[in-house]
Amino acid sequence: MIFIDTLLLGISSGAIYSLMALALVLVWRSTRIVNFAQASQAVLSTYIGYEITMRSHNYWVSLPLAILFGAILGSLIDFLFMRYLAKRAKSGPIAEIAPVIATLGLLGLLQSIIGLIWGNSFLQYPTPLSGKGFTFGSHTIPFSPQNLFIVLATAIVLLVFGGIFRFTDLGLALRAASFQPEIAQLAGIRVARIRNIGWAFAGAAGAVAGAVITPTSVLSPNSLDLLLVSGFIAAVMGGLDSLVGAVIGGLVLGVGFSFILQYVGSSVTFLAGFFILVIVLLIRPRGFFGHQVGRHA
Amino acid sequence: MNQGLVISDLTIEYGAIRAIHDISFEVKPNELVAVIGANGAGKSTLLRALSGMIASASGGATWNGQSILKTKPEELVRRGIVHLAEGKSVIPELTVAENLALGGLRRRDKSDVATAISESLELFPILASRLEQRADSLSGGERQMLAIGRALVSRPKLLLLDEPSLGLAPLIIDQIFNALNHLRTHLGLSILLVEQNALSALKIADRGLVLNLGALVKNGLAAELLGDADLRDSYMGF
Repeated sequence: MIFIDTLLLGISSGAIYSLMALALVLVWRSTRIVNFAQASQAVLSTYIGYEITMRSHNYWVSLPLAILFGAILGSLIDFLFMRYLAKRAKSGPIAEIAPVIATLGLLGLLQSIIGLIWGNSFLQYPTPLSGKGFTFGSHTIPFSPQNLFIVLATAIVLLVFGGIFRFTDLGLALRAASFQPEIAQLAGIRVARIRNIGWAFAGAAGAVAGAVITPTSVLSPNSLDLLLVSGFIAAVMGGLDSLVGAVIGGLVLGVGFSFILQYVGSSVTFLAGFFILVIVLLIRPRGFFGHQVGRHA
Repeated sequence: MNQGLVISDLTIEYGAIRAIHDISFEVKPNELVAVIGANGAGKSTLLRALSGMIASASGGATWNGQSILKTKPEELVRRGIVHLAEGKSVIPELTVAENLALGGLRRRDKSDVATAISESLELFPILASRLEQRADSLSGGERQMLAIGRALVSRPKLLLLDEPSLGLAPLIIDQIFNALNHLRTHLGLSILLVEQNALSALKIADRGLVLNLGALVKNGLAAELLGDADLRDSYMGF
C-alpha cells in the first residue's frame, strides 16, 4: 500500500514538474533560449488569475483569463526585450548566452514588480476542487481531485501543443524558425512574428502551470522558483526539445523524489534531483527524447 | 510582360568594406546568368543584398519594375525571388517532406502547393524515397536537390543560387545543372547563378558576369566568355 501511495504522490508532483518543463521546452523549441523568467511570468499570470478569482468568485472564469494574460505577457517580453537583444547580440560568443542571462534578469525584475504590487506575503489561492485524496473503502489515497486536475491539465497542454508543433503549418514554421532562422527567413517565413507566437505559447503554458499548481501550496513572488529548478531538470532529462520528453522527465523526477522521500529521507531529496539528472545525462547525454546530431555533409 | 531583374549602379557596403561598387547588369525573364570570379570578389554579397539579407545597398535593383532593395527576404519570396544560400539552404533538423512544405507555408493556394511538391519530386525522384528522413541524413547532392525542390514549391520567378555545386561530385553537379537548365527552359525561370565552378556554370548559362574585387569586369554571352583566353587563365583554371 505504501508503495502505491508513494507512486501516486510521485505522479502528482511529477505532473507539476512536467507542466513547468513543458513551458520551458516550448520557449526552447520556438526560440532556442532557456527562459529562466518563465517562473516569474507564470507567477505574475497566477497573481492576475488570483485577482480575478477574488473578484469573480469563480476559478473557472479566472483560469482562461490567466492563460490569456500569460500569452500576452510572453509576447510582450519578446516584443519589448528579447527581439532587440537578438538584433544587438547577433554574433560572437555573447550571442547565445546573452538572451539567457537576460531572462535571469527578467526573473528578478518581474518578481520585484510582483512584490511591489502584492507584497511578499503568502496568499491562499483557492480552487473549487478538493485537495483531499480519493477514498476507497477505509483507505484514502494521496491523490486528490486537484491532483487529477493537474495531471489532466498536463495531458491537455501536451496534446494541444504537441499537436500544433507536429501537425500544423504554424508548428512547422515554429520549428523551422527556431532551428535555422536565416534559412527559414529565406524560405519565406516571417521569423520575428513566428518567434513571438512561440513566446506567447510558452507564456500560456506557464500560466496553466501556475494556475493549477498554486492551489496545492501558496502564492508568493518566489513560489514557483523551486519548481523552475525541477522543471528545468525534467526538461533537460527529456532532451529539452521534446514535449513528451518533458512530461516523462517530470514524472521520473516526481516519482524519484517521492520514493527517496519515503525510503531514504527528506534531507537528500533536493540533492537527489541533481543526482537523477547526472545519471540520466551520463547514460543518455541527449536526454530521453533529444535528437541525435546528424551527419554534416 | 515581366521586366526581369535590373541592377543599376549598385554599391554594397559590408561593414566598413565596400564589397560591391557601381555595378549594372540585367537578368531577363527566362535567362540564366552566371556570376563568376575569385573568392572574395563579392559574389555572395551581391546575392545577399538582392535577397534582403544585407540592407546597406545603394543604387538601383528592381524586379519586374519594382525596387527590391531594403525589402525583407520573406517579402521577396512572396514576390517570386528565392535565394538559396551557400552550403546551407535546407533545415537539417526537419524531414525532407517538411523542408519541401516550408516553401508553401505562406501560399494561399494549398492545392497548387501539393502540385508543386509533386513536381519537385518528379524533378528529383531520389527525394521521393527519402520523404520521412531528416534532411541531415541526406548527402550533399541530395540536400542541394532538396533546397532547389523547396524553392520551387514557392513558385519562384527568379532563383538566386550561391555555389550549388560546392563540395559535390562531378556527376551530381551535372545532375543539378541539368535540373537548372530544365527550370530555365521549361518553367521559364530567371536564374542568377554564383559559381566558383566557372566552366560548368558557363556551359548552361546564357550570359556570364565576371566580378573582380567588387567590380564588374566582364558581361557577355556565355559562349564568348568560354572562348576568352584571358578569362580561362584567370578564372577557370584550365
